[in-house]
Amino acid sequence: MTTAPMAVEQISSAQKRFIRYFDLGALILTLLTVAFAVIWAFPLYWALVTTFKPEDEVVRPFIELWPEHFTISGYIYVLTHSRIGYWYVNSVIVSCAVTVLVVFMGACCGYAISQLRFPGRTLLWWTILASFMVPIQALIVNHFVIMAGVRLLNTHLGVILPQLIAPVIVIVYKQFFDSVPRDFREAAVMDGANDFQLLFRIFLPMNWGVTTALAIITFIGAWNAFLWPFLATKTEPMMTITVGITEVQDTFGVQYARVLAGAIMAGLPVALVYLIFQRRVTQAIMLSAGIKG
Amino acid sequence: MVLVAPFVAIYGWLFVYPTIQMVQLSFTNAPLIGAGDFIGLENYARLIADKVFRTAVWNTSYFVILTVIPGTLAALVIALMVNRLKGWTQSMVLAAFFLPFILPVTVVYLIWQWMFDLQFGIMQYLIEPLTGARINVWRRPSWFMPMAALVTVWWTNGFSILLFLAGLRNISSELYEAAEIDGASRWQQFTKITWPLIWPVTVLCLTIQLILQLKIFDQVYLFSIGGRVNQTMVLVQYIYDQAFVHNNSGYADTVAVGLFVIVIVFSILQFQALRARGER
Repeated sequence: MTTAPMAVEQISSAQKRFIRYFDLGALILTLLTVAFAVIWAFPLYWALVTTFKPEDEVVRPFIELWPEHFTISGYIYVLTHSRIGYWYVNSVIVSCAVTVLVVFMGACCGYAISQLRFPGRTLLWWTILASFMVPIQALIVNHFVIMAGVRLLNTHLGVILPQLIAPVIVIVYKQFFDSVPRDFREAAVMDGANDFQLLFRIFLPMNWGVTTALAIITFIGAWNAFLWPFLATKTEPMMTITVGITEVQDTFGVQYARVLAGAIMAGLPVALVYLIFQRRVTQAIMLSAGIKG
Repeated sequence: MVLVAPFVAIYGWLFVYPTIQMVQLSFTNAPLIGAGDFIGLENYARLIADKVFRTAVWNTSYFVILTVIPGTLAALVIALMVNRLKGWTQSMVLAAFFLPFILPVTVVYLIWQWMFDLQFGIMQYLIEPLTGARINVWRRPSWFMPMAALVTVWWTNGFSILLFLAGLRNISSELYEAAEIDGASRWQQFTKITWPLIWPVTVLCLTIQLILQLKIFDQVYLFSIGGRVNQTMVLVQYIYDQAFVHNNSGYADTVAVGLFVIVIVFSILQFQALRARGER
């Protein structure tokens, strides 16, 4: 912000008057904001603190913000009495596979549509744009029928495949590759580089930030996916953790410390990913909403 | 050519083909696994007369109204509040509002089931003085949708908050400085500067949320387990219910075609709204 020195003087004197007048109001507003944020986050805290209470404390009829007897028995119970180990492994396999495949296919396809001229290119691009509108949830029955047909129900591959439909990744990559200057490609083609080398040596490294952002958001999305993994897995050892933790509830009844301990363990990885990569997650959300950030 | 092949193959097999198959099955009486007979428009006639389908359409619309408008307004207010803060206070407060959004739906479900638990849930301390009795909200149809909407707004609002924050940061601070010199009050600054400039973002949030919430399934399904499912049915849940509970793929796909048409109509409206915004 560069303004003329005179203007700065005027503003600062105006601001001083303004600040003196509104100081109390601003302070109250800030306090209100913080209070609202605390209320908003309270369910998370309440669930977390409940997991560290023994079951008899959980059901006491008061709001006790800290456990009287701190215990991790809820966690130990879930770890020893459920298939949570399997669920974790399944979730990691499925989410990583979905992330790698979606980003890889999206980058390749985005590159081709952006940089190459081939028959059917326009048709493909319009199909991708149009598919934005199609509710994937409407296809669950047919995905189930198809996966049953190739006998992939209740397998990792069967859980992964229908989650690979991600037109938005292609669209984002195309937009970013479009803005790479033409000279880069032409110069590299002169030097005898093929399209694979171009994509992986020039175009992807130039847009590394976008790739990270898309990969993180795809991973979070795949980890959190509920509807399809819930339909495609029928035995407990095949479930992802997002589906599995509802089974904890079925077997344990209303033992909330245990049930919520399972929930905390399911949510922890994505919460950590968010806290570590906050800026990238924000960027990815902007990208998916069509705002090039 | 090799570059597009994997994407096109997956796309054709798991997107284009199922879409065609969906329309095709909607004219048959197919069970979940196996072939059915062609029965013409029978399913569609049944759909129009189906009371549960009507309930599902009504509940979905009700849910959309309960989440989209209050949610977007809340997100705008929160974004305005967060935008005033600076430094680490802002990061902390924003994280508090955003964190629920990245959690899996089942985690959200378990947290709120605990919050609303009839015997031990702390929400009952709010409900009891207001209504005079503890209420099992997930078993009362009149309470179900508003509370599911509340949980959904709590869960998904981080997304709209981020969009609004980005919009607010794009408004040049010089405008506010000029307005202050002219002696404009805070309220005037909001109505004359912030609101008109943030309106396009508001439209974007409203339409994204609208289309997202039309496809509601997860929360409503989870909270309705063991309850009177037919009264709290939503559209995607009805597809699930017909196909996987009643083993009736043909009819389920008829419902899916219905959902498909509704979502596409709204998507085209969204596209028009965004294009209008781009032209202005």
